[in-house]
Amino acid sequence: MKFSIYRYNPETDKKPYMQEFDLEVPEGSDMMLLDAMLLLKDQDATLSFRRSCREGVCGSDGMSINGKNGLACITPLSSLKTPIVVRPLPGLPVVRDLVVDMTQFYKQYEKIKPYLITNDEPPAKERLQSPEERAKLDGLYECILCACCSTSCPSFWWNPDKFVGPSGLLQAYRFLIDSRDTETDERLADLDDAYSVFRCRGIMNCVDVCPKGLNPTQAIGHIRSMLLKRGV
Amino acid sequence: MVATVTSLGRSGLHDWIIQRLSAVIMLAYTLYLTYFVISTGDVTAAAWQALFATTFMKVFSLLALGSIVMHAWIGLWIVSTDYMPKLAIRMAFQAFVIIMCLALMIWGIQILWSI
Repeated sequence: MKFSIYRYNPETDKKPYMQEFDLEVPEGSDMMLLDAMLLLKDQDATLSFRRSCREGVCGSDGMSINGKNGLACITPLSSLKTPIVVRPLPGLPVVRDLVVDMTQFYKQYEKIKPYLITNDEPPAKERLQSPEERAKLDGLYECILCACCSTSCPSFWWNPDKFVGPSGLLQAYRFLIDSRDTETDERLADLDDAYSVFRCRGIMNCVDVCPKGLNPTQAIGHIRSMLLKRGV
Repeated sequence: MVATVTSLGRSGLHDWIIQRLSAVIMLAYTLYLTYFVISTGDVTAAAWQALFATTFMKVFSLLALGSIVMHAWIGLWIVSTDYMPKLAIRMAFQAFVIIMCLALMIWGIQILWSI
């Protein structure tokens, strides 16, 4: 099975280049792309990429696989056309090979204050939610911050410092509709500029690539409705 | 919160609403003009003059012109902030767009006034 993998070591290489690999995959067997890449790393130990849980939970091995962002650990080789072209997540600075600098992505995540803010007196035990209130968080809390969505979004490529991006906005909505959070209005005020939310053009690349099957475009639509309700 | 000073509105929501409302007005105006051209058959200068002489058409035209101008300002401002990273080029382009929008608006008012 043929692979073409993006290689770049800024200390020794002038320019990034694609390295060809060949891997014997026994007839009738299948494995995840990450397993194949670990075998390729045996061939060339300098090949660098991030991985941890190897089961689609940690979000470390997000990469561009045959032109589409995804997690290598839950992408079966049998689902891919050969040669398999693997590149780093687009739009972020490359540290080395498939390892990207995620600072910009995390900065946007930090900006939406991804934690509960409450002004009322803390209750004796815990802040309760009804099953209905809790159900509103489904489809939002599952985000693993792998950055597949934000790095597939052209608006994020052009303005990574100003547009929060699909991942951050999904999280923003997760806290906006949390019944325990009391800062809804302040959160909305922080998002009501020309970039943070409104740079989303609804092309749904984020929905297309999300390895967890989440829908950031829908969450962004909900935020827009909340802003509308607040401003009209 | 990202601060912007050359956008039409000061909030993203403001621009977003104007963009949608102006689109509806422009669509209505286009449909109305198309209907006029089709239903009139022979569109002479006199028929054209008579159409634009009515107060309704003057108001509708000004509304459509204002919509085009605002729509263009918002739309091209967004394009410039996406695709023109160089400050000097971005500023020059935005200044050009804004001045053209204002000039076209004034010119349009003057034309409609004269009918």
